Amino acid sequence: MNRLVAALARGCLPGIVALLASSAMAAIAPQTIRDLAFGEGDDKIRAIGALSASGDPQALPLLQALLDGEMQTAGEEQVLLVQGDKATDLLTGRTVSPLPANRDDVVVNNRVRRSLGTAIAAAKLFAPDRSARLAAARELQNTADENMLPAITTALAKESDAEIKELLSQTRASIQLASTDRATRIAAIRTLAESSNPSTKTLLLGVLEQKSGSYVEADAEVRSEAGKSLRAVESKLATGEMIGRIFSGASLGSILLLAALGLAITYGLMGVINLAHGELIMVGAYATYVVQNLFRRYAPGAFDAYLICAIPMAFAVAGLVGMALERCVIRFLYGRPLETLLATWGISLILMQTVRTVFGAQNVQVENPSWMSGGFVAMTGIVLPWSRIAIIGFAALVLLLIWLLLTRTRLGLFVRAVTQNRAMASCTGVPTRRVDTLAFGLGAGVAGLAGCALSQIGNVGPDLGQSYIVDSFMVVVLGGVGQLAGTIYAALGLGIVNKLLEAWSGAVLAKIAVLVFIIFFIQKRPQGLFALRGRAMET
Amino acid sequence: MILGRAFMPDATLGAPRYLSLLSPGGWSLYGLAAIVLFFVFPLLHLTVPADSALHISDYWVTLIGKIMCYAIVALAMDLIWGYTGILSLGHGLFFALGGYAMGMYLMRSIGHDGVYQSDLPDFMVFLDWKKYPWYWSFTEHFGYALALVVLVPGLLAFLFGFFAFRSRIKGVYFSIITQALTYAFMLLFFRNDTGFGGNNGFTDFKRILGFPITAPETRMALFVTTAAALLGFLLLGRWIVMSKLGRVLTAIRDAETRVMFSGYNPLYFKLFIWTLSAVICGIAGALYVPQVGIINPSEMSPANSIEIAIWTAVGGRGTLLGPVLGAAAVNLGKSWFTKAFPEYWLFALGLLFILVTLFLPRGLAGLWHSRKKRP
Repeated sequence: MNRLVAALARGCLPGIVALLASSAMAAIAPQTIRDLAFGEGDDKIRAIGALSASGDPQALPLLQALLDGEMQTAGEEQVLLVQGDKATDLLTGRTVSPLPANRDDVVVNNRVRRSLGTAIAAAKLFAPDRSARLAAARELQNTADENMLPAITTALAKESDAEIKELLSQTRASIQLASTDRATRIAAIRTLAESSNPSTKTLLLGVLEQKSGSYVEADAEVRSEAGKSLRAVESKLATGEMIGRIFSGASLGSILLLAALGLAITYGLMGVINLAHGELIMVGAYATYVVQNLFRRYAPGAFDAYLICAIPMAFAVAGLVGMALERCVIRFLYGRPLETLLATWGISLILMQTVRTVFGAQNVQVENPSWMSGGFVAMTGIVLPWSRIAIIGFAALVLLLIWLLLTRTRLGLFVRAVTQNRAMASCTGVPTRRVDTLAFGLGAGVAGLAGCALSQIGNVGPDLGQSYIVDSFMVVVLGGVGQLAGTIYAALGLGIVNKLLEAWSGAVLAKIAVLVFIIFFIQKRPQGLFALRGRAMET
Repeated sequence: MILGRAFMPDATLGAPRYLSLLSPGGWSLYGLAAIVLFFVFPLLHLTVPADSALHISDYWVTLIGKIMCYAIVALAMDLIWGYTGILSLGHGLFFALGGYAMGMYLMRSIGHDGVYQSDLPDFMVFLDWKKYPWYWSFTEHFGYALALVVLVPGLLAFLFGFFAFRSRIKGVYFSIITQALTYAFMLLFFRNDTGFGGNNGFTDFKRILGFPITAPETRMALFVTTAAALLGFLLLGRWIVMSKLGRVLTAIRDAETRVMFSGYNPLYFKLFIWTLSAVICGIAGALYVPQVGIINPSEMSPANSIEIAIWTAVGGRGTLLGPVLGAAAVNLGKSWFTKAFPEYWLFALGLLFILVTLFLPRGLAGLWHSRKKRP
């Protein structure tokens, strides 16, 4: 954004120069220009500060010209703005042609250059465009020094946008910390208490620092204020971190939920142990990849919409693969769960190798549509990526649709009937075989949807499914068989617990701890969190 | 036919009890296997010159040695799955733990011959560790390492099994949590800080009991030890399944509730065979590592453990010789396939999983029996 503003400024420069050259010239005092051109380093810096504080719209192009080396002097009286072979006298506003021979570059040493950079940012604080002002305020946050204080104060008075205002007052306070006036320091410290920026913490710690036995800050009252503000900032930072962690936990949970929902149907409702479930997720991800490539080749203009098309595609492809599997293999193994387990493992090997043969063993690139990049800024330093937010929403939507399908449609009624009492359902005319195929296809299709979602946030490769299969089984087992509600609680719970533990013990140990927890949990409640109570002792 | 009958659990009981373990035909087959493995193999490998047609190359010695280790694992899997009906998807873990215990001893006996010529193994030097972590103490003693080979998988299996069987976790649930167990251990061993070499595991062994580990004589000694273990465990397995204990185990497989109602507590029977099976796996792992020369955490991946189940299923559950033959057949196929058509091995393995479960529920041994019954 900053770069954009700079480019804009540079692009508009000739036009503004033309303005400068004519009537509006009078707005900038000739003395300031002389100071800029002929003054010593300190004079220049003072002039730069005055320019940026003036809020004058012409200050920005002038400063930019100085930074770009377009300001030159000729003799003792002429200050020229040289662009190509044209030059304008900045003091008189007249065009000078031909170029005088005795031109000299205006000396800009490093100190001046630094203050120029900040001043340009400060000058942008007066830009009419809100986003330009916001960008400038962000840049100033980390670079401003006391020379910019007047500019920031002026901008603060003019500013109407709350977000920019807050940023500016934080920046001003951090500059004022170094003030010699005690009341100013205290006021600044009180303002800083509102901040949620990690660098504020460092600033306040600096106030409380001890050097060789005595405090850097001599005044005890200032120190106690600083202590108070520090605690306020720290608690804000901790809250922010917590929000970030819970969000990433919810995000992981929604991913687990998507991965496990299909399994909750095939395993939970139908009792089929499908170890190829992970590979059905992978099939969905590759379907997304293919749709993406088709869009890129045939409809590059509509690329951002490819996801809309990929979602039903992933569902259909994975669902069809699932139905084919059910018809060809799994149907013959109902009631023999251990054999189903081995056969579906074989299927998963074949699916993986097929994908490797067709698409290669390397990961493939699935690009996010542009509206998914970036994120929602919850607080300073905490950005919640849109892609993750979209997946949380998507998981909720899929969940809702499955719930509606199972409770409000005829197919759902049949699935539940077959689950509860296959023989009786069959007697009343439910086509149990077809219901099996459709239910399995539904579970597989949901796995495909999970794959489509996962392709947006992670690598897509032949091994994609392997990394989710253990996790999704854990979710279903923990949640309890035959219960969608259990699956939801288990997925979100596992996701959040995992992320909270991660902050404390590192990713691998957190994962191990969660697995061990599940192993122990199952000892206590073999039927999962939500057990269907029944009198059947054994199958 | 002899083969089939020899290892059937319902063979007739004869006069001296240990002789009645196998039928006369079974014993002669057993003796033949012993002669081939103990005498013919070493002679053909060590004394016959390399250019002779009868010479057995290093490649075959390593391959057969490896396959015998796998066969022991398949046998252990058969005891718990084929006879007791508990499918473990975590047997790769016990195998790897035994291997790691042996690997610790082998790492210690590298001495100063590592790349960094330090007291510590190279990976510890790399991590900038100054001394061995506590769990490495005494591992320089071969005897202690052997004890670890038995105790570590045994204790882990005992504790895990006790809690799992006590809460009457069975069937698919048990399979899935054993899978989670081995997965958790795999993640743990992949960490460098765990102190077992992380990703790379242990390798570059130099010697065992002072003998250079790559010398043909040492390799042959390991081969013969493995063969002896395999034959020994076959007899042990036979003895167990023929005993009353074995009958109870089979009964648990077929109708656990009825066993309970008949006054047996299935917990201790299951726990015993589960722990024994884990220990046998650990021993197989310990024999495997010096022959193959490497152990790393990928041995604990869930995929490996499932493959063990397929060896047993291919050979035939509920027979003892079946899993041994199954492990041999699948692994010979694997080494042939991965050389001839590397990209098709997974297709073949996948098809094997599907076809065996669909059409050969009793495995190769089942094929044998049905052929025997038909005429």
